[in-house]
Amino acid sequence: MTRHPHVWMGLLLWSIFSQAQAAWTVNMAPGATQISNAVFDLHMTIFWICVVIGIIVFGAMFWSMMMHRRSTGQNAANFHENTRVEILWTIVPFLILVAMAVPATATLIKMYDSSESDIDIQVTGYQWKWHYKYLGQDVEFFSNLATPAEQINNQSAKGEHYLLEVDKPLVLPVDAKVRFLVTSADVIHSWWVPAFAVKRDAIPGFVNEAWTRVDKPGLYRGQCAELCGKDHGFMPIVVEVKSKPDYEAWLAERKAEAAQLKELTSKEWTQQELIERGDKVYHTACVACHQAEGQGLPPMFPALKGSKIATGPVADHLNIVFHGKPGTSMAAFGKQLSEVDIAAVVTYERNAWGNNKGDMVTPKQVLELKQAESQ
Amino acid sequence: MSAVIDDHGHADHAHGPAKGLMRWVLTTNHKDIGTLYLWFAFSMFLLGGSFAMVIRAELFQPGLQIVQPEFFNQMTTMHGLVMVFGAVMPAFVGLANWMIPLMIGAPDMALPRMNNFSFWLLPAAFLMLVSTLFTEGGGPNFGWTFYAPLSTTYAPESVTFFIFAIHLMGISSIMGAINVVATILNLRAPGMTLMKMPLFVWTWLITAFLLIAVMPVLAGCVTMMLMDIHFGTSFFSAAGGGDPVLFQHVFWFFGHPEVYIMILPAFGAVSSIIPAFSRKPLFGYTSMVYATAAIAFLSFIVWAHHMFVVGIPLVGELFFMYATLLIAVPTGVKVFNWASTMWQGSLTFETPMLFAVAFVILFSIGGFSGLMLAIAPADFQYQDTYFVVAHFHYVLVPGAIFGIFASAYYWLPKWTGHMYDETLGKLHFWLSFVGMNLAFFPMHFVGLAGMPRRIPDYNLQFADFNMVSSIGAFMFGTTQIFFLFIVIKTIRGGEPAPAKPWDGAEGLEWSVPSPAPYHTFTTPPEVK
Repeated sequence: MTRHPHVWMGLLLWSIFSQAQAAWTVNMAPGATQISNAVFDLHMTIFWICVVIGIIVFGAMFWSMMMHRRSTGQNAANFHENTRVEILWTIVPFLILVAMAVPATATLIKMYDSSESDIDIQVTGYQWKWHYKYLGQDVEFFSNLATPAEQINNQSAKGEHYLLEVDKPLVLPVDAKVRFLVTSADVIHSWWVPAFAVKRDAIPGFVNEAWTRVDKPGLYRGQCAELCGKDHGFMPIVVEVKSKPDYEAWLAERKAEAAQLKELTSKEWTQQELIERGDKVYHTACVACHQAEGQGLPPMFPALKGSKIATGPVADHLNIVFHGKPGTSMAAFGKQLSEVDIAAVVTYERNAWGNNKGDMVTPKQVLELKQAESQ
Repeated sequence: MSAVIDDHGHADHAHGPAKGLMRWVLTTNHKDIGTLYLWFAFSMFLLGGSFAMVIRAELFQPGLQIVQPEFFNQMTTMHGLVMVFGAVMPAFVGLANWMIPLMIGAPDMALPRMNNFSFWLLPAAFLMLVSTLFTEGGGPNFGWTFYAPLSTTYAPESVTFFIFAIHLMGISSIMGAINVVATILNLRAPGMTLMKMPLFVWTWLITAFLLIAVMPVLAGCVTMMLMDIHFGTSFFSAAGGGDPVLFQHVFWFFGHPEVYIMILPAFGAVSSIIPAFSRKPLFGYTSMVYATAAIAFLSFIVWAHHMFVVGIPLVGELFFMYATLLIAVPTGVKVFNWASTMWQGSLTFETPMLFAVAFVILFSIGGFSGLMLAIAPADFQYQDTYFVVAHFHYVLVPGAIFGIFASAYYWLPKWTGHMYDETLGKLHFWLSFVGMNLAFFPMHFVGLAGMPRRIPDYNLQFADFNMVSSIGAFMFGTTQIFFLFIVIKTIRGGEPAPAKPWDGAEGLEWSVPSPAPYHTFTTPPEVK
């Protein structure tokens, strides 16, 4: 070991680093918006009120426990009511509560005023990822957990943002009023970013509103807050707040990408190209249920390896990926993935894990299906 | 009543219990049924606790080690269901069965055969519920609050067994509650007016009315789920014109009174125990009764504070916030009364008193976090985090469970005829006290730092406190096996208990010998 001083240095740095991560945080963080600061103040006010009441009541109890013990020769008094005191300790707490309700009401009214927004973003919860759609901008994308499975299964060291990192964060401009329209495609989720004090349930069939105006650029992290099934703990939220010019540049880039994606549909694809792309799509969109080797988690999540659908007629396979299977967790990916990605993932599934069907689906076929649907 | 006794033929020489196993299967004796309930509750407490141990073992370190997320969700669900419906509620029904007739001078419960039936439904219900863990697809995995559509469209097939199990538990609870009401209103000894009843009897009377009011709501809720799953209705499915939020309204209309069902009887028991060991009458008896009634009434109009983030309109949000804050007033009255009862008493700290004092202090801490949760804007940060988990474990563990432990130690001499071992009892208390605080206090911190509940894995920033929590939970869990040992030891022997082992205790239950004879108060006592 002495011959490798850098190993020691590495261990030292690692231990300092992990110490820094292992912060014994005991309180809420104040947050990055006016609202979240107001919420933090409410939280601290009510906390200190509770502390003061606690000190008085528990103090009296501990005083009795010390001074009014039989072992100190104490004889019991015999009083058992006192109307004046009883009225007092009914009215005083009531007044404290009223005093508490006033600022809480004011903050709540502000939180509910989602009018006059600069940007509207539709947030949709899926099992187990988030979808963001910039309304009126033709920009939309999914945001998936980016932590590798090896870290979760303890096969490699966990990073600083373990389970709180995504492939594509939601991007917002600084100092603009952003309205979130929160909904769900399957079960109930809850979109929560602590730094904004925004937590809204994503409910199928409902559109909930929330809003924020972030003061300074940065990365803000959150998690799904409502139990939504197997991977509830694995659908984080990351929001990247940029300066306004940077945000505009990012938005333009995303629009260009969207246009590019449309061109990809008309491109002539080889089977090999589709399989390569499908591999990636499978490992973000399908792997949570159907698993890395296509073995699934029966009976909730069936295997694809050697399954009737993945080795049966192409049209049926495409159909189930496109429309999902009602009454089960199998979502309708026709709305979630691009034509290219659907074609790629179906082709991949038909040729991976020894399924070896040798056939393929082209993006054009998917586009035709989509057009037939919309007519 | 006297006609029945005359029919019996040998009323003048009370007979003992039948021999063998059939005694327990066929018994209509309130003491036997109380004992059955208490043993059942304790076995469910250990079972639900073992599920909690699995949860805490998985959360001991970040990463997935012991169980997969699917099974983890089944554990959180079953832990909640078994503890709520299997441990806490039956334990209080057991205490009610044993103590209410003794406290009001009645010979038995008013409806003894129904009493037997309502107990024996429970093992059937829980056998069915727990068996789902061994089915293909696993047991219920949607949390004990089973929100639709996760519990309907997306549920494992075992959900149907879960629904029928809930139906059976509900029937059992309703029958138990009717029995309590009938007993208290009809079988009080002459002179025992309502305002002379011990508070345990009062709180149980009010609890019983809560049960009768809300268990049918729960039954309706799960029946609508059943219809959605099997008969094509769409009560909770937006796709069919239904409403997933309706589920939560119906569930919490049951669920909020339910949390008082689990705490009011403990309030009552503690209101007997603290005066007994303070050697001083309970302070503010009348205001205790009114405060209990006020809490029960308010419990019906605060349900949506569990749903502050589902998007109810501003006015609704404000109403539920104000109503919830109001609950602090009668609850505060109770705490002040207990503290005043101790004030200038002549205090000793036997095991029941230790548990009762810890109950008051730690339940109040749970009450404080409840007050914080009532502030709707702040709740946006607390909702569905470990802060909530800390809150309700503080009201349920040192609240309901410590209340049950205090009652058990207080009345064990009456039940068994032996004194329990005081040293062991105190050891049980201190190990439970330290373990429980180690397990649940750090949950406040990780919750405020942003850790959501019901997740099998977490970011490294939560690692240290989770490890502390797990160590505390293992300590608390192991300690309860020690409690089993103490109780068995007391049943098998020990210093014989006098009729009234606690010099400061009040009440009719201490006027009968210890152990209480198989039949008591066949002739009603006179209450002055």
